Amino acid sequence: MSNNTVKTDTTASGIGPVEEAGASPYSADNPAPVIEPPRKRTKKTGRATRGNFELYAWLFMRLSGVVLVVLVIGHLLVQLVLDGGVQKVGFAFVAGRWASPFWQVWDLLMLWLAMLHGTIGLRTIINDYAERANTRVWLKGLLYTATVFTILLGTLVIFTFDPNIR
Amino acid sequence: MWSWVAHRVTGVLIFFFLFVHVLDTSLVRVSPEAYDEVVATYKTPLVALLEYGLVAAILFHALNGLRVIAVDFWSKGTRYQKQMLWAVVGVWVVLMIGALYPVLGHAARELFGS
Ligand code: HEM
Repeated sequence: MSNNTVKTDTTASGIGPVEEAGASPYSADNPAPVIEPPRKRTKKTGRATRGNFELYAWLFMRLSGVVLVVLVIGHLLVQLVLDGGVQKVGFAFVAGRWASPFWQVWDLLMLWLAMLHGTIGLRTIINDYAERANTRVWLKGLLYTATVFTILLGTLVIFTFDPNIR
Repeated sequence: MWSWVAHRVTGVLIFFFLFVHVLDTSLVRVSPEAYDEVVATYKTPLVALLEYGLVAAILFHALNGLRVIAVDFWSKGTRYQKQMLWAVVGVWVVLMIGALYPVLGHAARELFGS
């Protein structure tokens, strides 16, 4: 049925003859080679995106920012302005405030939001200025270590505070 | 442009302060004396001045942050971004004047007598 001889055009047009219908050199037993589309994503290419991480980070910066305005300005008022400013602050003052779950939750929320907000902010800055991939990895490693340490330490202090430590 | 630089610089500054601030507050788990001793240094004129600077950084970052959010989410935000920057500066100046006495009053009394 198929003959594999290549016909050459006798004219000088440079365009080969179109295959006649049914004269294909390929069949079910002898399929044509598959040409993969360029840039096709295969198992080896890895994921195309990191999901929506950057979008959520952007959104988190703004949502946490709005909440932080209330928490941080309130914190400054209580610690530095009202009732004698910073002069009144001491162990007794801390004990008085953390006796109330309201201020415990306030400080806990402020700690977590400010640390995460600051960490994502610094991550952006590292990505902007640290040009070598190696430098970026190390700086971010240091940053995330400091973040986890600070959040854990602060949380522990708020939850385990003991007014009768002595 | 410059508001962006200032936002970035104040953001980094606040972050480093927060790190130290969590450490010093953790002293309440060591002993009342250790905590009170460190906080005593915060009541000196020099640290009061640093505190005033910190308040300046936080207030600018907070106000300008709200402006950034307004530019991003308010449909007319981009059109009024310049006016909003002046509003930020204006409110910041008023708040800084307001913070003058509460934050620096004690230091002034200590330095120049009451
Ligand atoms: C008080 C309320 C706060 C508000 C309203 C606020 C708002 C914002 C906003 C909207 C951004 C994003 C800017 C952008 O994507 O271009 C931002 C960035 C940032 N914030 Fe805050 N923030 C606040 C508090 C804080 C605190 C407490 C810290 C430190 C722990 C902090 C550290 C940063 C840093 C490091 C950046 C990254 C700056 C940059 O990418 O140029 N912010 N802030």
